[in-house]
Amino acid sequence: MKRRDLLKAGLAGILVARQAPVFAQANTVHILRWNDFVPAADKVLREVFAPEVQKALGIKLNVETINANDLPARATAAIQSGSGPDIILLLNNYPHLYASAGVDVSALAEEVSKAQGGIYAPAVRLNKVGGKWVSMPWSLVPALIAYRKSWFEEVGAKSFPKTWQEYQTVGKKLKAAKRPIGQTLGNTFGDAPTFTYPLLWSFGGQEVDAKGKVVLNSKATIESVKFMVQFWKDACDEGGLAWDDSNNNRSFLSGDISATLNGASIYVAALNGADKFKTEKGAPLHTDILHAPLPAGANGSHNYHTAHNHMVMKYSKNQKGAIEFLRWAHKKENLEKWLVVQKGYAVGTARSWEKHPMWNESGPVMAPFKVAAAGQSRLMGHGGEPNQKAAEAWNKFIVTVMYAQACSGKSTPEEAVKWAAGELGKIYT
Amino acid sequence: MGGGRAGQDLHLSAEQVRVSRLTRLLESEKALAAALLAPGVAILVLFIAYPFVMALWYSLTSIRVGEAGEFVGVANFTKAMNDSIFQQAFRNTVFYTFWATVFKLALGMWLALLLNRHFRLKRIVRASMLLPFIIPTVLSAFAWRWMFDPTFSVMNWGLYHAGMITDRLPFLSSGDWAMWCAVLVNTWRGMPFFAITLLAGLQTISPDLHEAAALDGANAWHRFWHVTWPLLLPVTLVVVVFSVIQTFSDFQLIYVLTGGGPANSTHLIATYAYQIGVGSGLLGEGAALSLFMFPVLFAVVWVQLRFLKRMDNA
Repeated sequence: MKRRDLLKAGLAGILVARQAPVFAQANTVHILRWNDFVPAADKVLREVFAPEVQKALGIKLNVETINANDLPARATAAIQSGSGPDIILLLNNYPHLYASAGVDVSALAEEVSKAQGGIYAPAVRLNKVGGKWVSMPWSLVPALIAYRKSWFEEVGAKSFPKTWQEYQTVGKKLKAAKRPIGQTLGNTFGDAPTFTYPLLWSFGGQEVDAKGKVVLNSKATIESVKFMVQFWKDACDEGGLAWDDSNNNRSFLSGDISATLNGASIYVAALNGADKFKTEKGAPLHTDILHAPLPAGANGSHNYHTAHNHMVMKYSKNQKGAIEFLRWAHKKENLEKWLVVQKGYAVGTARSWEKHPMWNESGPVMAPFKVAAAGQSRLMGHGGEPNQKAAEAWNKFIVTVMYAQACSGKSTPEEAVKWAAGELGKIYT
Repeated sequence: MGGGRAGQDLHLSAEQVRVSRLTRLLESEKALAAALLAPGVAILVLFIAYPFVMALWYSLTSIRVGEAGEFVGVANFTKAMNDSIFQQAFRNTVFYTFWATVFKLALGMWLALLLNRHFRLKRIVRASMLLPFIIPTVLSAFAWRWMFDPTFSVMNWGLYHAGMITDRLPFLSSGDWAMWCAVLVNTWRGMPFFAITLLAGLQTISPDLHEAAALDGANAWHRFWHVTWPLLLPVTLVVVVFSVIQTFSDFQLIYVLTGGGPANSTHLIATYAYQIGVGSGLLGEGAALSLFMFPVLFAVVWVQLRFLKRMDNA
């Protein structure tokens, strides 16, 4: 065969198959995830999972990690062009946004749920669309308040404040001592909405009713905004209006703030860098950190924990391999290797992980993370569903901006609530 | 043999005919122009016209990520016009473009006039001035973000230790401050483009004109206003057109510096369209939002090009 004939035959093959040639694609699985706030976990994927899954199933695992804020852009581009990673990490209720692009993984989800004591209800609602699992819940990142035990004690708080009013009183004293509470109210994906939504709920406010009618403009919502304005002025670092998800980590580790709502990444960083991060008395910083859930308002205490889900993409040429990889990764003996290095920053999405021996080693500091996921009851779009409309409102930061507008003095609490309700009304039409 | 030679002659003559046809075709100016333009037109159609038409089509449909959607007429445009975040983003974009362009022009002109003089290390200064323009925007925006950081800002630190402030300045945490900071960074980044282009323009102005004006008793300001400025006007207009287009559709700087916050006070049309189209998967609405930039930029280019043409005719 001459070279020209070979080229012709190859070209004819491509034209008949209507797709580019598959080079060593046979059993490669390309997974796109975020740059983990616990870098050791990415290392496990690359250095433990990849060789082990190659050995066990003959799957070549290609792990790509990018900034979390850029995941939606990559997912959108991949879905529209019909090519890209076989599995994409989707945060929160993004599975609802991309539902039509996900392969049905119901069999796998039911299997894992049965074997591991049941998947938590919020994770089910985030991944199940129209009665079908369009993605597979992987982990949850609980958001709890990390605080400096000794500083709180110095201003008279022997235990963490149980109500918002108590938190404000303590916070006022801390801010007077140049140790304010740190909280972002910026347009950022994690720490801002995981604070503002639960704050709204704990005062009795909600975006919509069960029928999807916007009910945000209520006395309860206005009360929550009024509280936040005063709390912001009295107790918070007002630079928080410009913070992204990493500013509070840096401020806490450098001793500039006394408390902040966060995943356990501050504690994990302080633990791993015990020589670097010290208290003003020279003790390792991690010995002075404790965690607590958000305080309660008139309507109780609420929390929102960031959900991490894997979607097997419909355009993938290796859907079977991708599902097989996930089935392998979710096995207890494999997933635990990844969860253990997380040290509680990310937790499993099924109940049996609460009983894992790793919690005995981490002690009381991490104990609130063990049970955090089980205590979560509400999702974005409450009291309706965490659907596409809820995702649009979440992505437009409407609830966060409502608080930010009032705290920055740009509008009164009443005006801010009216504005936010109006914006929600345009989404929920 | 003879027949063979006759065949060869015939063959040659056929080739000659082909060559002469080609030559004739190339000698025709119209055909040559078309042939030379074809690759450029093909690239424009493929990479500019096709995406533009697609964006236009998307904006008229309810397409969302993974779903084709239906034709919805101008519903996306109506929704955008009633969207208070978009209204704010539009106002922000006009404000940002206007002030950044004014500062870039004024400072760029000043810099160009300085660099047009003779001084030691002139070449090094000219080359180093281009640095802000050469560094990728994302990197320089990150550096500025660190300088404006609410807690660790080097500027706050410097001013505080110099005893000039007692409280931190809210560089990015106050809406107004954040917008002016964005204008500042855009000016810093875009000024070298103005300076270097205006400098090129300045060097085409004959020194004789200045000398003649000086002999007539014109001072420096008069020489600038009556000699330099009129001769530099065409170049200035072109630079301003380019700058307005780039600034009006700016994305990277705001995306990195503020993400559109605080409370949406720095959202531009491009960042908001991205948030809706790509972040929320509402491709139709995102396309409609970004198309709002088109008539504004078209009007700016049209007015300025007409002005240039009138000057040429004059």
